[in-house]
Order: sequence, then C-alpha cells, then structure tokens
Amino acid sequence: MQKQISFTRSVVLGLLGLGSFIGLWHGLAVSGMISNVFLPSPVEVYDRFTTLLDRRFAGATLQGHLFASFQRFAYGFLLAALIGIPLGLLMGWYQLLDEIVSPLFDALRFVAPIAWVPFAALWFGTGIGGPIMIIFAGAFPPCVINAYRGAKFVDPRLIEAANMLGTPSHRVIREVLLPSSVPSIISGLRVSAGLGWQSLVGAELIVASAGVGYMMVQGQANISTTTVMAGMVAIGLVGLALDSALRLVERIIQRRRGLEN
Amino acid sequence: MPRRVSIGLITILVVCVIWYAVTTGLGLIPSGRFPSPAETWSAFIHVSGRGYGGGDLTLHVYNSLRLVVLGFLFAIATGVPLGLLMGWSRTAEALINPIFLIIRPIPPLAWIPLAILWLGLGDAAKMMVIWFSAFVPSVINTYAGVRNIDRPVIEAAYMLGMPKTRFVGEVLIPGASPMIFTGLRLSLQASWTTLVAAELVGAFYGIGRVLNVAQQDLYPGMILVGMIAVAILGWGTTRLLGVAEAYALRWNTAALAAKG
Repeated sequence: MQKQISFTRSVVLGLLGLGSFIGLWHGLAVSGMISNVFLPSPVEVYDRFTTLLDRRFAGATLQGHLFASFQRFAYGFLLAALIGIPLGLLMGWYQLLDEIVSPLFDALRFVAPIAWVPFAALWFGTGIGGPIMIIFAGAFPPCVINAYRGAKFVDPRLIEAANMLGTPSHRVIREVLLPSSVPSIISGLRVSAGLGWQSLVGAELIVASAGVGYMMVQGQANISTTTVMAGMVAIGLVGLALDSALRLVERIIQRRRGLEN
Repeated sequence: MPRRVSIGLITILVVCVIWYAVTTGLGLIPSGRFPSPAETWSAFIHVSGRGYGGGDLTLHVYNSLRLVVLGFLFAIATGVPLGLLMGWSRTAEALINPIFLIIRPIPPLAWIPLAILWLGLGDAAKMMVIWFSAFVPSVINTYAGVRNIDRPVIEAAYMLGMPKTRFVGEVLIPGASPMIFTGLRLSLQASWTTLVAAELVGAFYGIGRVLNVAQQDLYPGMILVGMIAVAILGWGTTRLLGVAEAYALRWNTAALAAKG
C-alpha cells in the first residue's frame, strides 16, 4: 500500500472525482451526442425529482409512492425479524432443532427471493400481501443466520459459570444467551434491511399498483428516463437512511458493550 | 452415517411425505394454490418435452446460465482490477470512493427499468444489470482484501527490491485472494437474484420467463419447477466457485496446516 495521503488532499481528490463524474454526465447529456431521452442531464433529473414531489405520477406523488413502499417494507421486515430471530436463537440453543431445520433452510436459501414472486402473487395478491411476502423472503435468512451465530458462539465459559452457579435454564437464556447475541443480531438486521429493501424494489417492478418501483416501471413505459432516474435517487436515499439508522444502533450497542475498537 | 446427515435426510423425507399428504392424500391445499408432487412432475415433463414459454427447459436453462456466467465473468474482469487499484493507490481510492458511496445505496434491481430504457428487453440489458450487481461486491471485497494484507509482507517485498509486475502477481493478488473469493460469492448470488428479476420484468427466454408465463397462466406446477431450477442452478454455480476457490487457495490451506 502506498503511504497515507493528507486529509485535505483526499477531500480535494474526492471532490474532483465526484465533480468529473457529474461533469462528464452533464457534458454528455448537454452536448447532444447522446439523445436526451436516453441520458437526461443531472439538472433535468433534479427538476423531475422536485416536480414529482408535488405533482402526481402513476397515481401518487413521490412521497405517496415512498410511503406505500416503506409501509410494505416495514411489515415484511418486522415479520422477518419477529420470526427469524427467535428461530435462529432456538436453533443455536437446541441442537436437535438445528439439525432438523438446517437442511430445509439451506435448500430454500438457494431460491432467489425474487423467484417467490409468482407464488406470492398467487397466494397473497399483488396489493400489499404479495410484496410483503417477497420482502420477508429477502430479509428472513440473515435474521436467522445471525441470531443462530450469536447464540451458537456465546463464550462457553459464561454458560458454564451460570450453570455452575445453578442458574435456572430460563434465566440462562434471558440473562446470558440473549444479551451476548445482541450485537450479532443487530448486524443481521442491517443486512436484512438492505436485502429486504432491494427485494421490495424488485417486487414492485414486477407486481404492484403503487410504490416507487411501480412509479419507475410506469416511467419506463412512458419513456421518461428522468422519472426512472428520480426513482433510483429516491430509493437510494431511503436505503441509505435505513442503513445509517441501523448502523447507529449497532454502534451504540457496541459502545455500551465496550466492544468498540 | 453422521447424526447430522441422517437427521437431515429424515427431515427432507418427512417434508416430502407431508407435501404428498396435504396436497394429494388429504387434499387440504387445493392444487390451484400449491401443486402436488404428481403435478410438479407433469409440469417438468411438459417443459422439458413440449416446451413452455417459448422453448424447452434446456433452452431456458442455457439462456439464464449463459447470461449469469458472462455477466459475472465480465464483472470480475473489471471489478477485481479496480478493487486492486483502489486498495493499492491512495490517490485512486480518494478519487473513486466517493462515486461508489453515492452509487452503492441504489440496489442493483433498481437499475432494471433504466437498463430496459437504454438497451431494450434483450440480452444486453440483462448483462448490464448483472454486471452492475456483481461488480460492486467484487470491487469492495478486493479493495478490503488488499487493505488486509500484512504490512510486513509488503515491506519485505519492497526491501528485497521486487519488481512491480511480480509484486502484483505474487504479493498483492495472493494476499487479497481470500477476500476476493468472499466478494465473488456475494457477486454470484447477486447475479442470480438480478437475472431472475430482470427476466421476470421482461424476457423472451430463460427461467424467469418460465416463472412469469406460469404466473400469468396460474400454473402452480410450472412455478415450482422454475423455482427448483433456479435453486439447482444457484447451488451448482456456487459449488463450482467453491471448487475454484479451494484450488486457488490451496497454498493457503497448506500454509495453515503447516502452522499447526
């Protein structure tokens, strides 16, 4: 590795990188070498973004679509966490359950979450139930895996100590197992949120009648590249906000545990 | 047989028996909701013999597999060198990282409508989206891999006056390779997810096309066949990558074994 470069230098270079990226995009769009339909300039995308905020497109404003998407996401994600975390903890705790569930879980893991779309539509319709099931399919595995790891790799000395001191088994679970698996569970939730959000976008592209994904499909059908790009920006911003919020929780918990390095 | 394997086999057997019981034996789940084993088998015969959704199973599998493999290889060929560069050069890192930071939060699937606008419903659009979804994990993990190389190893190579080309081939790439392979696994998974989504949105051939037509025809047997095909392909390609990883890192496990 090369030597560290100074902070100011890295900021300047970073701005230069970003600037040339956006400049190149803008230049290509404005020069007319590429048709505006294919590559609108950043300014046009920003204009479209603000227009979508107060005028309806595909049945709702951008906030309306985002709200619909987020609502589905919240249901699917909570469901995945409520079922996945206890299942993972139990699998880490009871070996027999682990041995029974693991082969099924491993087999299902190779089915891409998006491949559940046809059954989701068939079982729960395309309104709110279907997309929730897809988000669940995306967010569930990381919840289970991380809770499992958390419970499985608890320092055995802690459990031995608790057992030696005659702690009843329900108190071992509540006071030793659960607290020591929290950091792993939170990291799992962060991965889950990312995958769930991504699955939601996929589901909305295929089956939905509202939501940002739906808005983008309508934009594509109307050959409105600016709408599609504005949708991508909105999705990215919400995804980033979700990730930062969970990262903050992760850091707070690590700090309280003294795990921070 | 180890206890784990026998319990696993019993579980899968029990699930199959329950599947048969609730769909065929007791009829608890109507065949319009979930197919029975017999219906799944007949859907399999249907798609592999007469064909379904524009072609037979071999054609669909071939198309999907080809797109994933090409997109994935193209992503490795571009992503790994960029990751090496960003890991190695602080200047390249400072220039490129901010662009990544703003593009990364956009999930690969959100690129599908744009890819269709740019390149249509054919293979090119799918290649673009697969490339993109596999590119990001390969860059990030390669970059992290370079950063994790032991400092003394690099200093030793310097001190001994190793030429640049040999340094890249004998220190940089091998040192980063465990992390590179972690990135490739993530890339491969992302490729399959993206391919299925892209084919569900619009395609002429491929497993996603089969799923899409089956959904419109309300044909649960065919949906299940499509899902099983996706799972088998995903599993098979992951195994292949695992074999490649074991081969590429064989020096590493040997080193670990020698260490004790």
